[in-house]
Amino acid sequence: MSARIPSWADWLEERLGWRAAQRLIEHKEVPQHQHSIWYYFGGMTLFLFAVQVCTGILLLLYYRPSAETAFESVQFIMTEVQFGWLVRSIHSWSANLMIAAAFVHMFSALFLRAFRRPRELTWVSGALLLFLSLAFGFSGYLLPWNKLAFFATKVGTDIAGVVPFIGPFLLRFLRGGDEVTGATLTRFFGFHVAILPATATILLATHLYLVQKHGMSVPPSVDPNKVPKVKFVPDFLLHDLIGWLAAVAILAALAALFPWELGEKADPFSPAPAGIRPEWYFVFMFQTLKYIPAKILGMDGELLGILFFGLLGLLLVLTPFVSKERADKRWNLLPAVGVIVLVYILALSALAYLKG
Amino acid sequence: MWHLMLFLLFGTAQDQPVAKATASSCVQCHLELEGELQEPAKLSTQDIHFQRGLSCNNCHGGDPTVGIDKGSAEDSMSRAKGYIGRPDRKKIAALCASCHSNLDFMRRYNPQARVDQYAEYLTSVHGRKYQAGDTNVATCTDCHGAHGVRPVKNPNSPVYATNVAATCGRCHADAKKMASYGIPTNQMDLYVTSVHGAALIKNRDLAAPTCNSCHGNHGAAPPGVDSVANVCGQCHAMQWDMFKKSPHQKAFAEGNLPACVTCHEHHDIKKTSDDMLGTEQSTSCATCHDKDSRGYAAAAAMKAGIVGLKKDLETAGELLHKAETAGMEVSRPIYDLTEGKDRLVLARVNVHYFDPVALRKVLDEGEKIARTSQQSGSKALGELAFRRKGLAVSVVILLVMIALLLLKIRQISRKAG
Amino acid sequence: MIPSQSDASTTRRSVLNYLLGTSTVATLAAILYPVIRFMVPPRVVESPASSVVAARVNEIKPNDGKIFKFGSKPGILVQTATGEYRAFSAICTHLDCTVQFRSDEKLIWCACHNGRYDLTGKNISGPPPRPLEEYRVNVRGDEIIVSRG
Repeated sequence: MSARIPSWADWLEERLGWRAAQRLIEHKEVPQHQHSIWYYFGGMTLFLFAVQVCTGILLLLYYRPSAETAFESVQFIMTEVQFGWLVRSIHSWSANLMIAAAFVHMFSALFLRAFRRPRELTWVSGALLLFLSLAFGFSGYLLPWNKLAFFATKVGTDIAGVVPFIGPFLLRFLRGGDEVTGATLTRFFGFHVAILPATATILLATHLYLVQKHGMSVPPSVDPNKVPKVKFVPDFLLHDLIGWLAAVAILAALAALFPWELGEKADPFSPAPAGIRPEWYFVFMFQTLKYIPAKILGMDGELLGILFFGLLGLLLVLTPFVSKERADKRWNLLPAVGVIVLVYILALSALAYLKG
Repeated sequence: MWHLMLFLLFGTAQDQPVAKATASSCVQCHLELEGELQEPAKLSTQDIHFQRGLSCNNCHGGDPTVGIDKGSAEDSMSRAKGYIGRPDRKKIAALCASCHSNLDFMRRYNPQARVDQYAEYLTSVHGRKYQAGDTNVATCTDCHGAHGVRPVKNPNSPVYATNVAATCGRCHADAKKMASYGIPTNQMDLYVTSVHGAALIKNRDLAAPTCNSCHGNHGAAPPGVDSVANVCGQCHAMQWDMFKKSPHQKAFAEGNLPACVTCHEHHDIKKTSDDMLGTEQSTSCATCHDKDSRGYAAAAAMKAGIVGLKKDLETAGELLHKAETAGMEVSRPIYDLTEGKDRLVLARVNVHYFDPVALRKVLDEGEKIARTSQQSGSKALGELAFRRKGLAVSVVILLVMIALLLLKIRQISRKAG
Repeated sequence: MIPSQSDASTTRRSVLNYLLGTSTVATLAAILYPVIRFMVPPRVVESPASSVVAARVNEIKPNDGKIFKFGSKPGILVQTATGEYRAFSAICTHLDCTVQFRSDEKLIWCACHNGRYDLTGKNISGPPPRPLEEYRVNVRGDEIIVSRG
């Protein structure tokens, strides 16, 4: 028998055992039904996250995380670095698109009841990832150290301080002190590029592993055994790719036509500028707090509002364990609550922008 | 010499024993009275004389060491001990001067104190009328106060820079008081609306002039028509220098017109604007220069030049601002543009040469800068357009890719199906 | 011979594959080109606004001054008679003209309205209402670095 020169694939297979992964991917199938379109949003969120990681790493080559240099370094990226304006604007826009995609993904999984047994942990890891992406947004927003971000951070951490018992500790922990200073900036930078990414990696790995393990969930109205399926590779993946390319085109257009503003450098001694507002994904909470009366049944209104949102967040994480589907009932509590929450979020956000 | 006579007549304040304010029976007693008699005692704590260890007797005479515990009012308010009661208004100035014009005495308290206030006062309009027996005019106590006299540097003093106009205005803005002197009473109203008044009173800018800056303090008198410009020129030195070299200097002198004031007024000096220059009816130039005169042509040329430079700088500024807000790097052109604005300010000062040729030089420097800045702004906007074109190209590539993928998908599904 | 269906589709497939491959390369190039240009350091290496090299050590003599560019605003660097370096904003606090150094009077002067500042930046004569903003000066080698305090 003559010795065969092994191909590269064989060489890697002997050392990595990669064909097992290949087989897994080749077997992966995606159900085709009335609601299949929502399957794209998980991959879209993942793609936009990858865009964030890449543009974020590029920005790391020039960004300087101290109060004296942060603003100037972002200005430098915007004006001196070749295509710096492009990388920075894509990073800012993609953050917003990613969070929007994450919300859509979450609501679609909610209404299609993708969290049913045995996928409870997939849901829990996903909910935590959603909160993580909000934390990414909040910490990243401060990094250019401009006036709007400075005051938005001040207000946001003030709200954290209102939480009972742990509030004051939480405020100091977030701010790196009693006030928002350069220490806050350095700390938020650490959160944004190290702690949050590490946590996100673990949660994401868990989430993706569980999705592969359990396969794609189908809505309650569909029979999983009779539903037609397509292969992930190449059919579904090519569709995914089209969506991702469209996202790239949209991001490039946003960066060139609506470049992200730099604003003015933060000055702790000057008064807050008019019309400060957190990023859009916090706006509905911010607007709610504006409308809550000062006292409700003798208790502090703002505190109650914050506790209410905290409770809502907790319920979100525990959704698989608190919702029971009753096949005999004409309507179920969960989609009703879900619709109310969604409408509320949209309405309050719209109100904030119309009024402000 | 005659100061000495006054001293001998009334006794100098320094002859009186220097009593501690707190131990002064005058103050102790008068604090227990009411109204007009109590006021001076209450004010004694804020009075600089008391703070330096002087007391009531240094002006009024009498003995502050007797009184409440050791005697009666008559004992301290004793004519024998030099008590003069309320000083005669005609003698107040000399009374103050008995200390304040004595260098040996004053240097014990403030070695840098001036001692010529009384001498100056006697040369002033107030002083001359005062000596002639007019008791309506201002004397020391009218401006500085009689009791509770604060140092000039104290913001609560009636003669602190920001309060001077109101102090002078107490008489000079009062039509009844000024009726017999035949001088206008609108100066304070005019001053308060002027650019100097606004700077001093609203912005607390102590560099701005007030009444005494141009009229003098103790030797207050209006500056003469031929010398008022020297007063303005104290601060506005460059304009005064240029004016003196201009054709207006001779013309104004011959026409007995005061320089500066003729165009800029004196009490209600308004913030200057380009509208003062030119040939329209409302300009300063048109007041004298007829349509066919050389001055008219010069005014027209200078106005056109300045307005032109202003416009070019504004255009450049807008262009650069547009580029900057779009994220372009334009810090150098913006820096250069500030030099252009300097030229515009300098040009407005150089108008006082009243020579279009001289002005042209400054204007041309400014124009050159405006042109360069405009070019930089255009270049930055050009780069912006390049980015948009690059975007269009990328989007086209991506759309082509998407279209091909769609075809590929169709092909694969046809093969499978 | 009539080309069979499968031949035509084979040709179409290979044409499509070729086009797909080419446009994939073009797309990747359109993405990688800006990334690579981004990573290559620009000509101006440091962000300018917070500190600049105002001059070299032998550029200014004692009792002399120089205007330099600080971000987008002018600054003035002076060397006193004793050899000490001081730097200020060159924007006059009166009406924003650019000041200059007067070696005959050993102070800073504004040509617009005759304002004067001493060598500590304090306004001493004329209309300026406030002193000039002072900057920090460090000498590194033969470079004089001015930075905002």
